[in-house]
Amino acid sequence: MSAAQWRKAMNFSAATREWSGGRATPPAVLRARSGSTQPPARETPLLTLLWRQVSVAHIVVLLALLLYPLVATPFFTFQIGAQALALGLIALSLTFLAGYGGMLSLAQMTVAGIAGYAVAIFATSGTSEISLGWPWWLAVLMALVIAVLCATFIGWLSVRTEGIYTIMITLAIGVAFFYLAQQNYAVFNGFQGFQKVVPPELLGFYWRDPVPFYYLALFWALAGYFFVAYLIRAPFGIALQGVRDNARRMSALGFNPTAHRIAAYAVAGLIAAIGGVLMVWYNGLITPGSVGTSWLINILIIAVLGGMRHPIGPFLGAIVFVLLQNFAVDLVDRERFNLLIGVVFLAIVLFSPDGLLGWWSYLQARVKRTGGQSQARRSATPKSGS
Amino acid sequence: MTRFWKWFWGLVAGVPIAVFIVWALADNARLFLVTTLNGLTLAALYFLVASGFTLVFGLLRNVNLAHGSLYLLGAYIGWVLGDWSDSWLLAVAGGFVSAALFGLLLQVGVFRFMQGQDLRQTMATIGLSIILADVMLWIWGGQIYQFDPPRWIVGSTTLPIVGKFPTYRLILFATSAVIGIVLWWFLNRTRVGMMIRAGVDDRAMLSASGVNVQVVFAITFAIGAGLAGFAGVVGGTALSIAPGEDTRYLLASLVVVIVGGMGSVVGAAHGALLIGLAEQFGLAYAPTYGIVFTFVVMTLVLAFRPQGILGRRS
Repeated sequence: MSAAQWRKAMNFSAATREWSGGRATPPAVLRARSGSTQPPARETPLLTLLWRQVSVAHIVVLLALLLYPLVATPFFTFQIGAQALALGLIALSLTFLAGYGGMLSLAQMTVAGIAGYAVAIFATSGTSEISLGWPWWLAVLMALVIAVLCATFIGWLSVRTEGIYTIMITLAIGVAFFYLAQQNYAVFNGFQGFQKVVPPELLGFYWRDPVPFYYLALFWALAGYFFVAYLIRAPFGIALQGVRDNARRMSALGFNPTAHRIAAYAVAGLIAAIGGVLMVWYNGLITPGSVGTSWLINILIIAVLGGMRHPIGPFLGAIVFVLLQNFAVDLVDRERFNLLIGVVFLAIVLFSPDGLLGWWSYLQARVKRTGGQSQARRSATPKSGS
Repeated sequence: MTRFWKWFWGLVAGVPIAVFIVWALADNARLFLVTTLNGLTLAALYFLVASGFTLVFGLLRNVNLAHGSLYLLGAYIGWVLGDWSDSWLLAVAGGFVSAALFGLLLQVGVFRFMQGQDLRQTMATIGLSIILADVMLWIWGGQIYQFDPPRWIVGSTTLPIVGKFPTYRLILFATSAVIGIVLWWFLNRTRVGMMIRAGVDDRAMLSASGVNVQVVFAITFAIGAGLAGFAGVVGGTALSIAPGEDTRYLLASLVVVIVGGMGSVVGAAHGALLIGLAEQFGLAYAPTYGIVFTFVVMTLVLAFRPQGILGRRS
């Protein structure tokens, strides 16, 4: 947050305190919170801050996302829209870890895969000898708990060394999990994995139909996005960014860098786990291939493609990735998708380290310099909303 | 106090291992010895791959995640050469030279421009490994290739208790030991080796004392990549070459280097021994959980000695 924003918020809260103090009944806007015993003066800045962050672009994007299934075909709703949202959620966990915590973990897909496997094992699947057949909500809860525990463990292991070592340790853990899932038949059902892992029928909807699943994914993607957007401005997020920039100084200030890093892994683990549950329901199956090296790296590609400076990045990256994946057949041979995505990734790494967001701010700066600000805003909407 | 803890942890780790060895020897001595020999062979192969990885990392601070791809590239090109010339030795040389040249090209053409940007270099190697894997799949397809080694190394040697054991695996172990010694001699007794060691300690100082570090970097990268290609042919002869092997050997190098200590060739030898033995014993005594043993070794090392067995704290 910039100093100017902060000053604005502080000034406004000071005025509000005076203004609401003299009233017997709080205004309608604040009614929801007047029931609590906390003084309104403590809460108003948050509301103001939130309100200040909402712009026309946000509302347009939100409306576009909500109305998208009405205009799109089921293929575009499910294969493109919902998949991009679920993948974006997993990549969001990496963006949070790498962009704000400075820890480039390649094991985020592994955490998502652990959640997916847990859903398959605890709930019902095509392999009834292994699946325990628990009710779906209990299975999902267990999956999230297990995945977060695993993520915390991965974090505990990898924060013992610093910087570039993280990528090696997390890649080793991720690939080791892939081989374990492939070798082990007692728990992971080996090479075949689990088929027919589907979401429940609830409230009269079958949640794997394109439109309900799209809204399910959209809900969790938005929840994840706003959660991360909030967290990076909360004291924990600020401290985490401090640890990223200078761990020794933060340590001297009385913060515990290791604890902050491990907590970041746990938080990212929760986000990735939700994405993992969505992915297993989207695919309807989970196999060792879902957590293989190519998918570990695909999540990195999505996050880097979008840009790690802002939580919207992974979703942009996911849209581009999914579009490439589905329409690469028109550009190149279907077999050569990996070549295409590798070249795109290498080009981004070599020429635009900040990904699409980097290009975007570069374009914005250029347009601003030439004085055409309205043009920038007009082209902003389709890009972030597509 | 530290001495007490050393003894304490020594006992905690040592007693179960000793009990296991006694039990395994009493239960089935042949299985135990064969597994040990297999573990040593695998360790030799892992050392060949990982020594190049650790050398490059130590000097260039470049985590070359395309190292597995260089292994596979060397193996394929070696196979083509061997198929064309009917000479296995030429295949081995071809694997080394082609991977070394390719590594040189990468260092001079790509990584030189990103010196000091660890993360960007690493991500560039990830991109390269994807591209290389797909191009190799394109050229050589998905089938499994087997080398045709000369007759004198194909047969088996009779050893006491163990009985017949493939000669080639013994040769692999010997080769690896020779390479290790040569590498040690090169690093400790030659002028270029001295420069490399100096560069590991302090790059800026090496440059300041009038050495062209870019040349040293290029030589190191070429040797590291060449060792991977060499291992590709030698390892491909013991097992086989197929798509997906790149990931396997990348994982092996990563774990070996994490366990042994990054940047240390002797550490890579220690790590390779531990991981090779752990993997083979895992496969022999608990088949579906084999990889877990590797993982447990890595976890224990990271928990008690995060910098690796012979690593230095950065």
